[in-house]
Amino acid sequence: MATQHSRSAARLMMAPAVTLLLGWMLIPLIMTLYFSFRKYLPLRGGDLGWAGFDNYVRFVTSSAFWPSVQTTLIIVGGVLLITVVLGVLFALLLDQPMWGQGIVRILVIAPFFVMPTVSSLVWKNMFMDPVNGLLAHLWKFFGAEPVVWLTDASMFSIIMIVSWQWLPFATLILLTAIQSLDSEQLEAAEMDGAPVLARFGHIVLPHLSRAITIVVLIQTIFLLSIFAEIFVTTQGSFGTRTLTYLIFQRVLESQNVGLGSAGGVYAIILANIIAIFLMRIVGKNLDT
Amino acid sequence: MARAVKTNRKIVNTIAAWALGLLIFFPILWTILTSFKTEAQAIADPPVFFFFDWTLENYQVVQERSDYLRYLWNSVIIAGGSTLLGIIIAVPAAWSMAFVPSKRTKDILMWMLSTKMLPAVGVLYPIYLLFIKMGLLDSKIGLVAVLMLCNLPIIVWMLYTYFKEIPGEILEAARMDGASLKEEIIYVLTPMAIPGIASTVLLNIILAWNEAFWTLNLTAAKAAPLTAFIASYSSPEGLFYAKLSAASTMAIAPILILGWFSQKQLVRGLTFGAVK
Repeated sequence: MATQHSRSAARLMMAPAVTLLLGWMLIPLIMTLYFSFRKYLPLRGGDLGWAGFDNYVRFVTSSAFWPSVQTTLIIVGGVLLITVVLGVLFALLLDQPMWGQGIVRILVIAPFFVMPTVSSLVWKNMFMDPVNGLLAHLWKFFGAEPVVWLTDASMFSIIMIVSWQWLPFATLILLTAIQSLDSEQLEAAEMDGAPVLARFGHIVLPHLSRAITIVVLIQTIFLLSIFAEIFVTTQGSFGTRTLTYLIFQRVLESQNVGLGSAGGVYAIILANIIAIFLMRIVGKNLDT
Repeated sequence: MARAVKTNRKIVNTIAAWALGLLIFFPILWTILTSFKTEAQAIADPPVFFFFDWTLENYQVVQERSDYLRYLWNSVIIAGGSTLLGIIIAVPAAWSMAFVPSKRTKDILMWMLSTKMLPAVGVLYPIYLLFIKMGLLDSKIGLVAVLMLCNLPIIVWMLYTYFKEIPGEILEAARMDGASLKEEIIYVLTPMAIPGIASTVLLNIILAWNEAFWTLNLTAAKAAPLTAFIASYSSPEGLFYAKLSAASTMAIAPILILGWFSQKQLVRGLTFGAVK
């Protein structure tokens, strides 16, 4: 169908997008790779020559590295667990017949549209503040000692804030997936006397498995690089320094570009491992 | 009997769902309410919910003290500009991929998606350095460019999935009637593509408006959008809950409204068409 003429026209139309993205990917990536092999301290002598794999070794052997990996994994894992489990439950509930479904949907989805700096600061000050926060009032009302959330339960607090932001995303996608479920199949199972849990386990959950996988993968990519939530709450202290935040500190705060770039390469590798799985699922969808 | 059971269930569902919805929405509601309180009422113990002296003073103070409108304007330019630029670049690309697919189309789409997986922090310093060298640090143009490039894969993907749904026969018919490529795009395709483009624009304005890595790291006083403006409240001085709330409410209100309109497209856009 397509003529030679339209083929070359098509190529021309793709050119700007492809060229720009290629440059956006390759130029910084090559620079990061280059810096990662240099001893580069902009404020203390500048570029001091080749460093071999020094930066890579130093980044991994520094005392901050493994705790930051652990912190990252706990945050990503915790948020995934909370958002997927609650997301499935919320989606099941929102799928039921009720009055005002549209409005409830709007209420549930709202946190996703709140910019990360706002949600973090609102939670930090108006809810988690140990003196004036709403949670402190609540604790005192029940006669309990208010918790100093972001200091004493810092990881839990960060996970709560981030889960609040991402729960709407999981709920919305899972709800969309549930709504495409054949209701006749469910009704037939109900008439055959299949109990609720069996219906859920044998029909609903298998139907949702693809959507859950997508939610997990997409959230993982975004969660690996959360930044503002930590930047405005703990600044990486109290055990909340993620890999992303550690690299940020190395590069911009202590201005050790070589070391930070080596960390950046590690982060890129980590993200790519996860990306491969996501791409496979999305790619499969392209064929159908 | 059966009907009564159904109605009962519906009542239970409704109550449970509304309770849940209000619980999740509560932090936003609380922020909006607090923005109309005085600072003393904002930290009152026990907390006051609706029965306080509503005041607009905080909004006035936020504007006077920190020139809120300037940050708002920066956000509008950065989110709007990067989206517009992205659309201009992405529409031809998505069009050609949807209607003149070649063997490599799928590979190109997948590769575009893969650029989105690159963690921003991995390329923070190179971008920072390039920005200094090109005099783009703390400039709106620089951020428009960076956010456009960040979101370009999503824009191309969303447009591609929408364009794919336009039947190719219509284009062939137009071609038979002697329409040139240009005419084909302007008179046949564009009107059919408008809804898809509109949803893409909406979602990308939301993403760009809320972006909080590049906007925090590449701006200072001059080009800072609302994300960075709000972050400046993280080192509080004295009583500031009501003012923080007023600033926050103003920062999220426009996008909350846009977001509610685009919730259906959100699923498609954020899953790269994998869930519709």
